[in-house]
Amino acid sequence: MINSSLKQLGQQLASKQVSSVELTQAYLQRMAQLNPSINAYVTIDEAKTLAQAKAADARIAAGDFGPLTGIPLAQKDIFCAKGWRTTCSSKMLETFISPYDAHVISQFDAAGAVNLGKTNMDEFAMGSSNETSYFGGVKNPWDVDRVPGGSSGGSAAAVAARLCAAATGTDTGGSIRQPASLCGFTGLKPTYGLVSRYGMIAFASSLDQAGPMAKSAEDCALMMNVMAGFDERDSTSVNREKEDYTRGLDKMTGEQPLKGLRIGLPKEYFADGLNADVAKVIETAIAEYKKLGAEIVEVSLPNNNLSIPVYYVLAPAEASSNLSRYDGVRYGHRAAEYNDLMEMYMKSRAEGFGAEVKRRILIGTYVLSAGYYDAYYLKAQKIRRLIAQDFVEAFKHCDVIMGPAAPSPAFKAGEKTSDPVAMYLEDLYTIAVNLAGLPGMSIPAGFATSSEGKALPVGLQIIGNYFDEARMLDIGHAYQQVTDWHTRMPEGI
Amino acid sequence: MALNLDDIKRIAHLARIEVSDNEAQETLNKLSGILGLIEQMQAVDTTGIEPMSHSQDVTQRLREDVVTATNQRELFQSIAPATQDGLYLVPKVIE
Repeated sequence: MINSSLKQLGQQLASKQVSSVELTQAYLQRMAQLNPSINAYVTIDEAKTLAQAKAADARIAAGDFGPLTGIPLAQKDIFCAKGWRTTCSSKMLETFISPYDAHVISQFDAAGAVNLGKTNMDEFAMGSSNETSYFGGVKNPWDVDRVPGGSSGGSAAAVAARLCAAATGTDTGGSIRQPASLCGFTGLKPTYGLVSRYGMIAFASSLDQAGPMAKSAEDCALMMNVMAGFDERDSTSVNREKEDYTRGLDKMTGEQPLKGLRIGLPKEYFADGLNADVAKVIETAIAEYKKLGAEIVEVSLPNNNLSIPVYYVLAPAEASSNLSRYDGVRYGHRAAEYNDLMEMYMKSRAEGFGAEVKRRILIGTYVLSAGYYDAYYLKAQKIRRLIAQDFVEAFKHCDVIMGPAAPSPAFKAGEKTSDPVAMYLEDLYTIAVNLAGLPGMSIPAGFATSSEGKALPVGLQIIGNYFDEARMLDIGHAYQQVTDWHTRMPEGI
Repeated sequence: MALNLDDIKRIAHLARIEVSDNEAQETLNKLSGILGLIEQMQAVDTTGIEPMSHSQDVTQRLREDVVTATNQRELFQSIAPATQDGLYLVPKVIE
């Protein structure tokens, strides 16, 4: 059951072979057994979860249900959920009980999905290994000495270890796709503006985007049907008609379902810095796509290397502004001792934020400060346009772009924590997509072998044009019809 | 632009984050590394390029100026560090 697709689980629930309460209890038992070592969840509330499962069973009994009714999901702890502790894995919000629901949460509630709990993450989503979490790191279920990636590391480990049927994540610079690659599952970052940011704790507002993390492209399509859609409470939510993201999946059959599809391979994604094992997996996956009928064209994203410097100006700048709300006045951590208001601010923020969050706030403050704005912030915004234009040019020659999602397989815990810049390079193939606002996904495409002989997953990244998620999911699904990487589970799970 | 310890103190004050003398040197080292990375941008010619603040060319939506949410002061203040008579308490700022 734990390896079933969302569609299979939905059918079992609809035909009453299993109840949502039974299914939910099965996951809660796995969580009780495995979470103490993996640390994927930071908050579990069995009573709340089972109440939702009972309500889902009542809806199914009454014939009032949809594809996700009764299905147990994990929610990244960046989404405010009413009555749930919502921490963003920060000491600053350690005791914060959200008084309201994020749009994503209310969408899943309305669909009748069950919330299994809130998942661990890098603090305020700032990190690529989940090691900046106030609640400790998360183990990669494929090799517990290694990181799951980040920032959605808890959701990633929960999907990989089958501690949920599927999960949500957010992606500001790669936080869905890089962990999807490192933990061997399918993760989609939609076009900016497609999923409402209302109630999703802000990091860098012009880049943050929520998306599904699940076993397959088909599962992600079902999740997208619930998550995507206009919400007037998010000023950047895009007002466009609702789509059925599963509509093309059934057509991905026969000899060459992708005949005529042009896949662009950016030469910059296969240059120095790419691990040889990862390169091999990607080449093999591309060969499989050729068999499915796709044509390969070389494209260029000449400014890709600048995406990391640009991101580390823009994201910290936006973060320094967004995180100024944590002042110890209305909610969140307040220092125990202070002499005046200024000291209360300074101490509360010094105590409440971890080292990486502080670094990014300080960088952001610096690049926005008088005398430096033009040289850093404005300069970065100009190069952001060059990076976005690279994609416009590339999409004149291809329908989708493919390449690695992360430069290497999962690395060891502690390996990159002392050098922030080394950690930042993890997002070399993902950040440009956020800067351009495009959709990107990672699908499991094979394995590398670690020096200790362990199998480590490798993800293939598929980048689409704006609002082309349905086609990207079809392309992922076509591959998953002829390969079984997405069904593989870590040993001992 | 190389940073020094005084810069760290100044930025930390602007950001309202207390940085002790012990932490300042470590912070300086880490931030200098990040600024070194950012410095790559300066080699790019951006003459005539419009800054891009957002991925989509959209304008701010307007809405009718009507009440849409109800007041939930008690609920919101139940998670506050300190309140009294429906107000948030902070140290005295006006003599």
